[in-house]
Amino acid sequence: MFDTIAQQLIIGLTNGMVFALVALGYTMVYGILEFINFAHGDVFMLAAFLALTLVGALDVTQQTPPGTLAALLLGIVVACALFAGGLNYAIDRVVYRPLRRAPKLAPLVSAIGVSFILQNVGLFWGGSAMAVFGGGGQAAAPKAFPDILPQTNLAASLFGVETKLTLLPKDLLVMGASVVIMAALYGLVRHTKLGKAMRATAQDPNAARLMGIDVDKVVGATFLIGGALAGVAAVVYSLYINTIHYQMGYQNGLYAFTAAVVGGIGNIPGAVLGGLVLGLVRAFSDQFIGAQWQPAVLFGILIVILVFRPAGLLGSTAREKV
Amino acid sequence: MAPAGGTLPWRRWLRFETIALAILLAYPFLPVLDWGIEAATGQAVRIDRQLVNVFIFGLLALALNVQVGYAGLLQLGVAAFFAIGAMTTGVVTVEKYPFQVGLWGALLLAPVAAGAAGLLLGAPTLRLRGDYLAIVTLGFGEVMRVVLLNLENITDGPRGLNPIPEPWLPPALREQLGGAGGASEGQLRTMYYLALGCLVAAVVCFRLLEQSRAGRRFVALREDALAAACMGLDPARIKLAAFAGGAALAGAAGCLYATNLTTTAEPNTYDFNYSIMVLCCLIIGGLGSLRGALLGALLLLGFDNVASPLLTRLVQQAIGGESSHVMASFSNWRWIVFGVALVLMMRWRPEGLWPSSRVREELHESSGGPA
Repeated sequence: MFDTIAQQLIIGLTNGMVFALVALGYTMVYGILEFINFAHGDVFMLAAFLALTLVGALDVTQQTPPGTLAALLLGIVVACALFAGGLNYAIDRVVYRPLRRAPKLAPLVSAIGVSFILQNVGLFWGGSAMAVFGGGGQAAAPKAFPDILPQTNLAASLFGVETKLTLLPKDLLVMGASVVIMAALYGLVRHTKLGKAMRATAQDPNAARLMGIDVDKVVGATFLIGGALAGVAAVVYSLYINTIHYQMGYQNGLYAFTAAVVGGIGNIPGAVLGGLVLGLVRAFSDQFIGAQWQPAVLFGILIVILVFRPAGLLGSTAREKV
Repeated sequence: MAPAGGTLPWRRWLRFETIALAILLAYPFLPVLDWGIEAATGQAVRIDRQLVNVFIFGLLALALNVQVGYAGLLQLGVAAFFAIGAMTTGVVTVEKYPFQVGLWGALLLAPVAAGAAGLLLGAPTLRLRGDYLAIVTLGFGEVMRVVLLNLENITDGPRGLNPIPEPWLPPALREQLGGAGGASEGQLRTMYYLALGCLVAAVVCFRLLEQSRAGRRFVALREDALAAACMGLDPARIKLAAFAGGAALAGAAGCLYATNLTTTAEPNTYDFNYSIMVLCCLIIGGLGSLRGALLGALLLLGFDNVASPLLTRLVQQAIGGESSHVMASFSNWRWIVFGVALVLMMRWRPEGLWPSSRVREELHESSGGPA
């Protein structure tokens, strides 16, 4: 029993970290524009497809020597972060920015449209002839992401006792990478000029503009950073789950958005907390209620939180702007 | 502001409406378009079969239009109410259960069940701000889908409840309808006229509603909730009425859908994408516009079920033989087509292809003035 609970804790925390990385992108954009970027999950999905393409092209396998593996992996993470950040920035520049003064429904619907387009691109990408994509026969099928990290169980050696727990290097990688990135983001938002500008814009865009802040630039930077986080999350997710699919952005995006709302949307530590809560709830409900009920449990929690505590766990109660 | 019901627009609408109705009434017996397409491309098509789906989908679009278009409630889970209607129809008609009230009974019970679900969901959540409501309804849609899928004792899970019996009609009438085509043609035409009848009834009701006190309340609320409340309207009650009413109509559409398929279908049919497709209909046609909603349904299903398979077959013919490549099938491009359509519409024509005059005025007023 103790082993089961500890194991679900590990699974929940690692899953929660991935949710949190994606949730940060939602929450940062919402905090500034009050706009749900429905396409964010699909940017995450396309970054995972890029990661698989790079793994195939660079021929990374479990046999790759550790030093080379680490260097290649770092390269893939950077490439995916740049790609996803750039894509997210370009979408904002081309699609959302012209709609800043339009009624609220307009950017939301556009984001749904962009999400459709990206999913379709993912479908076509999945039909590519590369061996890692299954040779192009089954474009819509889930793609296996190879296990490139060593599969040694570290639990026994780390805790020094005999245990049935499984703790793989990839679990540690997920947690380590996520913590480092979140700390970096926190430092950026708290202690740099750009971060200060972002906080000011989130508080009141008009006042920020009057103070000489280039709001368009700040929004662009927000999309860029949010996208880059999704890019890192995509690599981490692919290494951890080992399966990617052109519709994975939709489901994981919704969960990540739920995490952002649970933590209090617009609130950066809230997104991390929400991600961890959601990851843990998911792990324990899969174990004790059944995986087939997973969406019902998670969205049920979302509805209950929104009805009884609409501001989320950490959010302050803001009144709707009239 | 343009006058809401001036003589001229009303007459023009009446004339257009009558012509469209006459064509649709005659179509099963005079499928001119089928002949035309077959003569031009050599591909056999059955438009009347698709028109049944357009009527049902149009009804669903009108239901969502009450919630989003009239009351301004952003609803992203309309498929859930559609599914409740379909599932209620299944439970009260199939042999597995003792009720077996037939279609006519189901057509009464399905809206009641869906409307009740709308009340239950709406009462605690409608006070939430706009985009939170969107997320709650989205979540409700997902929860409903998963519940229907997993409560196998009641819903038969992925198999769906079936067979749902055909609507009962006097045998003489049924034979007349079938004509030379026999029983299956008779069944198709029964569904065709039943769905068309429901759609026409709904359109007439909405036309009357738009001219009435209740309809003006919806508009007042959507335009400016604060001002409406100051004039003595109770926003919470009006919102709830619109939400439950739209849910009930979606339930009726679900009942027709299940009857047409003769099964409640796999619960995964009623997913988020389905809800979004209905919303796309409204946005492409024009939010708050009856004609727009129906035009949207026609365009969307026309593209999906008629144009896209036809184009695929033509492309395959042109390149010679079947190509299994993912990009060779036109239906695999559908999400790009819809996505681009949505993005372009929002940028260049946010009022939709066939907007109501009021919404058009609003949008052009706001884009001209200061933000």
